[in-house]
Amino acid sequence: MSVHQISVFLENRAGQLAQITRLLADNAINMRAINIAETKDYGVLRLIVDDSEKATGVLLGAGCILNMTPVTVVVVPDEAGGLANVLDVLAEGNIDVDYMYSMFPHADGKACMVFRLKDENAFVSRLTAHGLHVATKAELGLK
Amino acid sequence: MPNYYQPEIETASREQILAWQNERLVKQVKHVWDNVPYYRQKMEEKGVTPDDIKSVDDLHKLPFLTKDDLRDAYPYGLMGKPLSECVRIQSTSGTTGRRVVAFYTQHDIDLWEDCCARAIVAAGGTKDDVCHVSYGYGLFTGGPGLNGGSHKVGCLTLPMSSGNTERQLQFMTDLGSTILCCTPSYAAYLAESIHEMGLRDKIKLKAGIFGAEAWSEEMRHDIEQKLGIKAYDIYGLTETSGPGVSYECSEQTGMHINEDHFIAEIIDPETGEVLPEGSKGELVFTSITKEAFPLLRYRTRDICVLTRKPCSCGRTHVKMSKPMGRSDDMLIIKGVNVFPSQIETVLLEQGYPANYQIIVDRVNHSDTLEVMVEMAPDKFSDSLADIAEQEKKLVNALKTMLGIYAKVRIVSPKSITRSEGKAVRVIDKRKI
Repeated sequence: MSVHQISVFLENRAGQLAQITRLLADNAINMRAINIAETKDYGVLRLIVDDSEKATGVLLGAGCILNMTPVTVVVVPDEAGGLANVLDVLAEGNIDVDYMYSMFPHADGKACMVFRLKDENAFVSRLTAHGLHVATKAELGLK
Repeated sequence: MPNYYQPEIETASREQILAWQNERLVKQVKHVWDNVPYYRQKMEEKGVTPDDIKSVDDLHKLPFLTKDDLRDAYPYGLMGKPLSECVRIQSTSGTTGRRVVAFYTQHDIDLWEDCCARAIVAAGGTKDDVCHVSYGYGLFTGGPGLNGGSHKVGCLTLPMSSGNTERQLQFMTDLGSTILCCTPSYAAYLAESIHEMGLRDKIKLKAGIFGAEAWSEEMRHDIEQKLGIKAYDIYGLTETSGPGVSYECSEQTGMHINEDHFIAEIIDPETGEVLPEGSKGELVFTSITKEAFPLLRYRTRDICVLTRKPCSCGRTHVKMSKPMGRSDDMLIIKGVNVFPSQIETVLLEQGYPANYQIIVDRVNHSDTLEVMVEMAPDKFSDSLADIAEQEKKLVNALKTMLGIYAKVRIVSPKSITRSEGKAVRVIDKRKI
């Protein structure tokens, strides 16, 4: 069920992020989600793109340090309390989340949340048991 | 106001000093030949025997000793006395590869302490003084050396060691310390604290003896102003005993080398040729009275100038300038010897690329060390916590290797300049 997140090392220096987004743009790669975790000196850029294989090749070719990280995308009703309900279900089931961030809206107008997990199976079975939907790559339009 | 500890020695005529040096050198070379096979072999390789050394004029015939020799001969290879006659070791802060362990007989300790006593008296010390020693005690020579010198002078000695500034200031005010001995950067830090806490009226300091690291005239002026004292420089190295090899007098224009114990030469670091007085070059010491660790022609790697111009203090011993630099890549950071190669070793051990840059600076009179390291693929993770964990491991490994804290800054791969020629490994921003 997981999709590929590309995690890229990003030095905290002017123009670093611009360089990467420009590189992706030049190769007609569309970003579907982006998140940055940072310290004073550096950060980790987390990307979900339409063509992760192509993006990886382009970024590695440009000398970036990166890895592919499996993440899970959950469709969340785009309404007040939508995310809270999902997180309640996870909390009650003692499911650990390393980090999460939001994805650009799904075609049908529903919100999507990206989760980085230690145990994807437990996560998916817990959510589906509670009637929540974990999106597939195809549904998200990702290669 | 002449302040001498051993006036007959400190103001001896040049002829007298030379006579002592000639006699002691000849004796020392025999001692080394008979007792230090490592050096004897070096002499044999050069075709020199003790018979060739009849006076200081023959000194240039002897082979040099370098830090590499000390490493090769570690730990006992350069000893001139059996361990049973030694009473002490001291050591540099260096690590396995570079560590220097020096041995002392009781006689060696006595002479070393005499040298430190001369420095304290030259700074105006008497038995009525309270000598506050904030050099580190332990393997580092600073604390034990000045402590011993202070005892010889008869000062009330406060063996404070380094750190715990609050306690330092409390003792300083409660017990009326009059002479402060520590590194110049710590003196500047104490001066700043005293200034900030408004304790200037409560301290009785009159002089400071500061060494073990490079410091500028501006820094001297700043410390003198803030503390209302005279600040004196002192020089030494573990290989030759410790602090007190040379020290400043009231003229503050260079440090008198204790020539009854050490013969100083200035050489061309490239060719090894001895240079005339007044030339800038590498300082070389020959210990002529040390028993347990009698180094002959030891290359200090410090670049400086010697002068025999008469000094207004009345001392006749040659003066050396403050070291102006190094002939190798060693850095002295917070009084600790740091070699870039040590940092490289740690990086490789920890799985980082060996392309790095060391940035040394001085912030508020205190040295800072930063190591720029390129991110490596197998050190990277999508989790910041994992990266931080790796970084912490690297910081700890550097601390273990160097003995001091180094800030690590992780940068993009291949972002550290790889110039066509030699890599710029060290950027020293300190203005000394």
